[in-house]
Order: sequence, then structure tokens, then C-alpha cells
Amino acid sequence: MPKMTMVQAINLALHQEMKKDPTVVVLGEDVGVNGGVFRVTDGLQKEYGADRVMDTPLAESGIIGSSIGMAMGGLKPVAEMQFSGFAYLILPQLEANGARMRTRSRGQHTVPLVVRMPYGGGVRALEHHSESKESYWAHTPGVKTVIPSGPRNARALLLAAIRDPDPVIFMEPKHSYRAFKEEVPEEEEVLPIGKAQIVEEGNDITVISWGSMMRQTIKVVDQIKEERNTSVELIDLMTIAPMDYKTITESVKKTGRCVIVQEAHQTLGPASEIIALINDHALMYLEAPVKRVTMYDIQMPLFGRENMYLPSQGKIRRAIEETLDF
Amino acid sequence: MPKKKIGTFSVEYLQILDENGNVDKKLEPKLSDKDLLKLYEYMFMSREYDHRMLKLQRQGRIGTIPLSIGQEAAFCSATLPMKDDDWWVGSYRELGARLMRGEPLVNTLLYYGGYEEGSFNPNNDRTLPIAVVLGSQLLHAVGLSYASRLKGEKDTASICFFGDGASSEGDVHEALNFASVWNTPTVFVCQNNQWAISTPRGIQTKAESIAQRAIGYGMKGIQVDGNDPLAVYSATKEAFDRARKGEGPTLIEAVTYRMMMHTTADDPTKYRDDSEVKEWEAKDPLIRMKKYLEDKGIWNEEKQEELAKDVKSRIEAAVKEFESREEFKPDAPFDYVYGTTHEIIEEQRERFLEDLRKDTENA
Repeated sequence: MPKMTMVQAINLALHQEMKKDPTVVVLGEDVGVNGGVFRVTDGLQKEYGADRVMDTPLAESGIIGSSIGMAMGGLKPVAEMQFSGFAYLILPQLEANGARMRTRSRGQHTVPLVVRMPYGGGVRALEHHSESKESYWAHTPGVKTVIPSGPRNARALLLAAIRDPDPVIFMEPKHSYRAFKEEVPEEEEVLPIGKAQIVEEGNDITVISWGSMMRQTIKVVDQIKEERNTSVELIDLMTIAPMDYKTITESVKKTGRCVIVQEAHQTLGPASEIIALINDHALMYLEAPVKRVTMYDIQMPLFGRENMYLPSQGKIRRAIEETLDF
Repeated sequence: MPKKKIGTFSVEYLQILDENGNVDKKLEPKLSDKDLLKLYEYMFMSREYDHRMLKLQRQGRIGTIPLSIGQEAAFCSATLPMKDDDWWVGSYRELGARLMRGEPLVNTLLYYGGYEEGSFNPNNDRTLPIAVVLGSQLLHAVGLSYASRLKGEKDTASICFFGDGASSEGDVHEALNFASVWNTPTVFVCQNNQWAISTPRGIQTKAESIAQRAIGYGMKGIQVDGNDPLAVYSATKEAFDRARKGEGPTLIEAVTYRMMMHTTADDPTKYRDDSEVKEWEAKDPLIRMKKYLEDKGIWNEEKQEELAKDVKSRIEAAVKEFESREEFKPDAPFDYVYGTTHEIIEEQRERFLEDLRKDTENA
């Protein structure tokens, strides 16, 4: 299997799906000639032409509003938001129309749309380029919010997103875009949306994360396992909404302990919902309070301080140890 | 019934000082030597500072920066007719204009070096911070000038800058319309630099000009040579005069060129021809401004050398200040989240400091 970065793996998914399905179109700012500011759409316009790979005028709401129309009209648009920090301009279109069209038309009109957006910190980026606000999207019924953590699952989840019958927000952890490579099979591989993945089975504690926080979390989990001879069940959430409550709560019923690591702000972040689901379905199995490691409820600091603020390996380690020792 | 003509419109283009330094004497604005020299000095300082910051960025001493090189006439000349208590609302490609508004040089380094401490102008509280989210700031300029008027500040106006790329954003349409409907004293300056990252002006809009949009909003509009400091000054001065007299907003399209990459993270060789850049080099605003001052007999090589030396020492002082700064307080990002104190934020601040202490101990 070839080894590739997340950028290459997403690019592969787009190439393969565009080749296979002539209704798939890619649009966004600088996605054509330039191949995207992160080169995720590199080579697509050359291969599939400017009618299917469109450099749009600079207008996020315009990109998504017209994508909603294209989707209702029989195309499968994969729209790019250059950075998630500019994507809030699409919320009116998505909330009022994209998310509701199936309901409002009783299934007559549907919006099979994917909105890709790089998100997250740790790359010394400019203001508005480092936030993790998956909750905005996850709070919108009718919209699915997906976050891959590595090249292989990014490719497989993006294929699922493009084939999904509903709008999917696909948040790409840009910190992981080129940070590491993984083997990605040439042949098609699809992961289901709405399912978390048990990366590693274990009995003593459940650790849940997603996106770029997975890498940090895996490192800490590996160390703790060895140091303490502990067995950890590690879950990659992958879909933020609709959330896979069964995988989470079954795991917690088994381990009795849980730590959640998220890059998002604390208040009403996905961890809040996970804890509520554990409360609903597995409270009596708990041996310790569920802990969460999160970004604070403040504006994402500029990059001079961002590493102090992002969940660190130290913070993750202390949360896991305190939960194990409770 | 035959169709009737309900209106005919035209769009003016203004150039006063051409690329060869020829000046149209009839249109030449009455600017004092002092103002002319001030304008040139800031244009020059902007250019030098950009070059210096580019080096700092390449050496990893600051983060990603957008450069304003080539557009100095557009933003400096448009800022020249302003009073200190007019509202100045920029985007992120108006470096020299921010300096004209009294922003300390070091603030730009702090901001692009990753510190919130640099993201405001301590010397002029009618200057807004850099607006990264394109086009969003135009509406603020409308609101600011509306507020000034309602508060009885008859003489106050606002200016805002945006680009040809941002002109496609919905907010820009809304801002122009609101300004016109409310007749606010707002001066809109579109720095049409031909490129929005890799997207050329030609696929941003199919219209002949951005200036002509003014017609659709029922306001005054004009296109000017954005590399001609005198034309930009004259058009903006007239717009401010009209605004102050209660005659409403103006849209000025300053036709210029982004000589460098979009930001230091961008590689324009991927999408634009170098010959185009070469063509625009000949239209450089600094060259023609310098020639104009020399022809007027108020500038010479000796003064140029003095200015270069002075600007260099000011820039180096700022770099030194930036690099020898005291470590800022780590929890400063908690300070300005709200204007009121909240226990949950303070609890998080304490937890942050405790975590930082533990992380540092174990590092």
C-alpha cells in the first residue's frame, strides 16, 4: 500500500470519486488553478476541467448557497471553505436551507452536499485560522459533522460523505495535513458516517478523542499503558453528529472510567454531549467522574501562545491518571 | 408601447500623475510641501517595513504576513485627507496607512509574531484592528459613521478599505446599500490589486469596473489610478468633503497591483505570469512620487538617503523592541473575553495557570 499524507489521501478520494461519478463537482476559492491553498484539490481542474472544478468568486455564502442548488439539481458538490474561520458566513444558508430542505419538502428535495474545511490550531497560523468550532455545525439537525484523524480514515470518510444523501460538514485537522503518513489502499475503502471507531480495545478506561487531538492522545495512551500496565480502550469519534452513542456507552459500561480530549471550547463542546450520553446510558457503571480536556472558553489565542492553550500531552496524561486513580 | 430610456450612466477614471511622472497641472491637488513629504515618507516606510518583515518571516522570527508592496499610493494617499477623529477601518493590506494613523511599528510585528498585544492602535482609538474576514469591516464603517452623525459630530466621516476579492462578499453589497440608504458619511476604497490569492479580477466579476457598482446603489463612484498618489488623494479628499457636507457615501476603486504573494504562505508562480508583474513594476507608485517631488524641487538624493537611514533605524528599533520584549503574561488571552467577570472564566484561568505550571515542571 502506498504511504501518503492526509492531503494526498483526501486528494486521492476526490480524484477517484470524480472519475467514478460525473455528478461530483468541486468548488471554492483557489481550488482550481492553484489546487487549493493546502493543495488538497491539486490536479483536479487539469483532469476534470473548469466546469467541474470551479474557482469561485470570493464569497463563502455564495459557494454554499449555489452548492445547495446544485445538490438539489442532481450534482454532488464538494465545496471547500478555505479555513473554517471563514465558514460562519455559510451558517444562514446551511441552517435555513441545506439542513432543512429534506424536512421541508418531505423528502422531495435533498441536499447531498459536502463542505470541506481545514480547522484547528498548532500551525502558527494567522488570526481566524486556528479555531475548532465543530459544535456550531453539530448543533444543526439535518447536517452531519465528520472529523477524520489520519490519512486513511480521511480518505474513507470523505468517500462516505460524498455518497451521503445529506449535507456533511467535513472538518479536516490541518495540523495533521502533512504531519505524518499512513498506508492508504489504492482500492476503494469507505468508513460509515455515524460510527465511532474503537482504535484499540481495553478494559480499564475509555479514552475518546477525534481530529488532530487523536495523535496527542495516542502518544499519551501508549506511554500510560506501558508505565502502568493498564489496558485502555481508545475511541476515535470520527462523526460528531449524529453521535454514535452505542459505541461510547458500551465501552464505558465495560471500563467504568472515561476521559474525553477535544480541541474545541469547553462550553457545549462535543465532550459535554458525550458526558450527557454516558449519564443517560451508563451512569451506574461509572467508577470515577468522567473527565474532559478541552480548550478554554476564550478566543483562540494568536500563535505566540497557542501551544500553551491547546490540550497538551501533560494535560491529557494528568486527566487519565487522575481518572484511573480515583 | 416603445421602451423608454430611464437613465444613462458613465463612470469616470482619474489619473493626475502618470507612470512617467507627468502631471496634469489642471487636476493637480493643492497639497502643501509638508503633506507631500509626509505622504512620500509613509509610502517609503511602508515599503521598507514590508521588505524587512518578509525577511523576518523567512527567518521564522514572525509568522505568516500579507505584504502591501506596490499599493502604497492607494492606502497612504487615501488616508492623507483624514482627520484623527475620522474613523479608519482597514483590512490587512494597508500597512503604511496604519502607521499614518499613529500605530507603533512594533505592533505589526507583535501581531504577526503571534501576540494579541499588537492587535490594536494605542495612539488612535478611531482605528479598528486588522479585519481578516473579508468584507465584514465595510458594514462597521457604515455603522461608525452613522453613530458619529447621530451623536452630532457633523464633521466626522469614516473610511474603509477592501479588495477586489472581498468585493464579491455579500457584506460588501449590504454595506454599500446601507450607506447609500442612510446617506452616511462613508468613504469606501476598493484596492483592486487584480488578484485574490490565485483568482484574477476577471473571474471575480464580469463588470468593466468595480466603481460602476456605485450607480446601482445610487451613490457617487469613481475609478482612479491606484498607483497615482495625487489621483487617489484628490478622489478621497473630494469624497471626504462631500461626506462632511452631508452629501453621502462614495465608492472609489483604486486600480493597483499586488506585486508580491498574497501572504508569505502563498506561491504566485503557480498561477500568474511573471511578465505581468514586470509590467506593473514600471507603474510603481514610489518611483513616480519621488520624481514628482524632485521635479517640484523639494526632494533630492541627499534627502532620500537621510530618509532611508531614518526609516531603517526606526524599523530596526521596532525589531529590537519586538525581539527583546518582556515575556507577556501567559493568561492575557483571558483578560478581554468579556467586560464583566465570570466565575467560569476565572476558574478556567486558574486551571490554565495550574496546568501551565505542571506542564513547565515536567517539560
